[in-house]
Amino acid sequence: MSPETAPDELSLPGVPRSTSADGHDLVFPDRAAYHDVVSAHREAGFEMLAALTAVDYLGHPGRPLPAGVVPERFELVVMLLSMAQVRRVRIRVQVPEDAAEVSSLWDLYRGAEAMEREAYDMYGISFVGHPDLTRILMPEDWEGHPLRKDFGVGRVPVQFKHAPGPR
Amino acid sequence: MTGPDTTSPFVKETFEGSQELASRHDTSPEELEREVGSVLRLPESHGVEVSDLDVERPDDETMIINMGPQHPSTHGVLRLMMELDGETVLRTKPVIGYLHTGMEKTAEELTYQQGSTNVTRMDYLSPLNNELVFSLATEKLLGVELPPRAIWIRMLLSELQRMSSHLMWLATNGMDVGSTTMMIFGFRERELVLGFFEKTTGLRMNHNFIRPGGTAADLPDGWEDDVEVILDNVTARLSDYDALLTGQPIFNERMEGVGSLSAEEAIALSATGPILRSTGVAWDLRRTMPYLAYEEVDFDVIIGTYGDNFDRYAIRINEIRESVRILWQVLDKMPSGDYRVQDKKVTPPPRARIDESMEALIHHFKIFTEGFKVPEGEVYVAIESPRGELGCYLVSNGSSKPFRMHIRAPSFVNLQSLPVMMHGGLVADAVATISSVDPVMGEVDR
Repeated sequence: MSPETAPDELSLPGVPRSTSADGHDLVFPDRAAYHDVVSAHREAGFEMLAALTAVDYLGHPGRPLPAGVVPERFELVVMLLSMAQVRRVRIRVQVPEDAAEVSSLWDLYRGAEAMEREAYDMYGISFVGHPDLTRILMPEDWEGHPLRKDFGVGRVPVQFKHAPGPR
Repeated sequence: MTGPDTTSPFVKETFEGSQELASRHDTSPEELEREVGSVLRLPESHGVEVSDLDVERPDDETMIINMGPQHPSTHGVLRLMMELDGETVLRTKPVIGYLHTGMEKTAEELTYQQGSTNVTRMDYLSPLNNELVFSLATEKLLGVELPPRAIWIRMLLSELQRMSSHLMWLATNGMDVGSTTMMIFGFRERELVLGFFEKTTGLRMNHNFIRPGGTAADLPDGWEDDVEVILDNVTARLSDYDALLTGQPIFNERMEGVGSLSAEEAIALSATGPILRSTGVAWDLRRTMPYLAYEEVDFDVIIGTYGDNFDRYAIRINEIRESVRILWQVLDKMPSGDYRVQDKKVTPPPRARIDESMEALIHHFKIFTEGFKVPEGEVYVAIESPRGELGCYLVSNGSSKPFRMHIRAPSFVNLQSLPVMMHGGLVADAVATISSVDPVMGEVDR
């Protein structure tokens, strides 16, 4: 891919964009356009999926977003890297709580497999089209998704000498 | 069934399926294709058509064995499920999570001041790099500019850490292919570096020395001499390693052409670090996206050609040489000045000031009880750790604790390329190949 194909010239009508404080391009597609937007970036020379993760914005709804982006509880964050152009782009997708489902990037980037499994394990976001969407870090019979904000931290009660026995 | 029913009513909804490989009799052709092509993460070039699959093949011709999680050569609690045809590895599935302790969740409970004690425990072979990436991300959110001496101290520690990590890798890799001499040599030289770290930071690992705002303390008196001794020793002994390993026929037989990977596969699988460079892609974040003061030092990015185990060995041993080169320049160019920013809201005051200044006491108390507040925003910072791209995605909601901290761990992502490297190889080479990926399980599972 030639370095001239800068992503600024990517025609992504109706997809809000901005630049983050750290100088990376931010793209905010909605869930329906997500796969196509990533695919367009891949065509434009972003050959590596550097990272994929999610954030649970429960309790912090007022984050700054460009006009036209409706904040939802979850946000999927995808870091793409172009080695030829030496630049990064960050794609942030709003994922609602009641339909936590997005299409998988596995058909574009094989490296998405473990990262999407981790996001699924930690946040319960389903990736449609993922070949093996199972838990990766937690035991497979674990209940709940631990990085959600409403998942308790859990604690072991301190055992004092004359404490009542285990309940 | 006797006794009370202990099954939770939620189990049905949350059970995500077994992680076991089903035997070939029990799997349909579609499922089998799914497993061969994707679950075991082989790229399309290795993908198998349904019609090519020998579905009727009796199970006793291939064998599924588990390697780990307690196998000594898996470098921690890595479990591999391997399907073998005789001695040949067909499919592999890394099963991870045995060391998962929820460090990203823990990070949300700790202030930024405490956060570096948490991240330093992830990659326990290069803890200073973890502290560095967390501190860089926090400083980017804060918008503080570091004094030059802090930057160069960080570079000094980061390169020493790269040396010690690669020496440790040479040691364990030597042990994996049967050279116990190399194991002793590697640990011996690493000890020099760890001794310097102990003198500088007080600890041999999990230093918590690089903190948001600079470093915890200045370098000790006479640090130049200590570093020079390390560099002279390591330089002299690197030629011993060459005599012991590089030109040695048995070692070459074990490493050359084993576990090879193509550049396309490495990029598709998001592999970074020595794995990506061994395939001939000159991608080193120190060079391509410089952080700290890496633009001001001369060094070469080492790349390989064949993407095999030998290339990954050669890259690591030569990266030690490049680190030595960088460190000589750091010794020359180390500026004087502050080792942390003089922003009273971010860095605690010097101990001596607390006795004489009320403000200093208040700032000290505030920082250690509440921590400092970080402006709202989100940031992704990546550095080149000895294992590849180590990234930190940090979201702040304006409080003194991170709202979300994600570490993009290079070992976690690099493990995905293991099944591709091992496909078609011998089970005896699997150990060498696992070693050449250099996974640190603390970082994989976090």
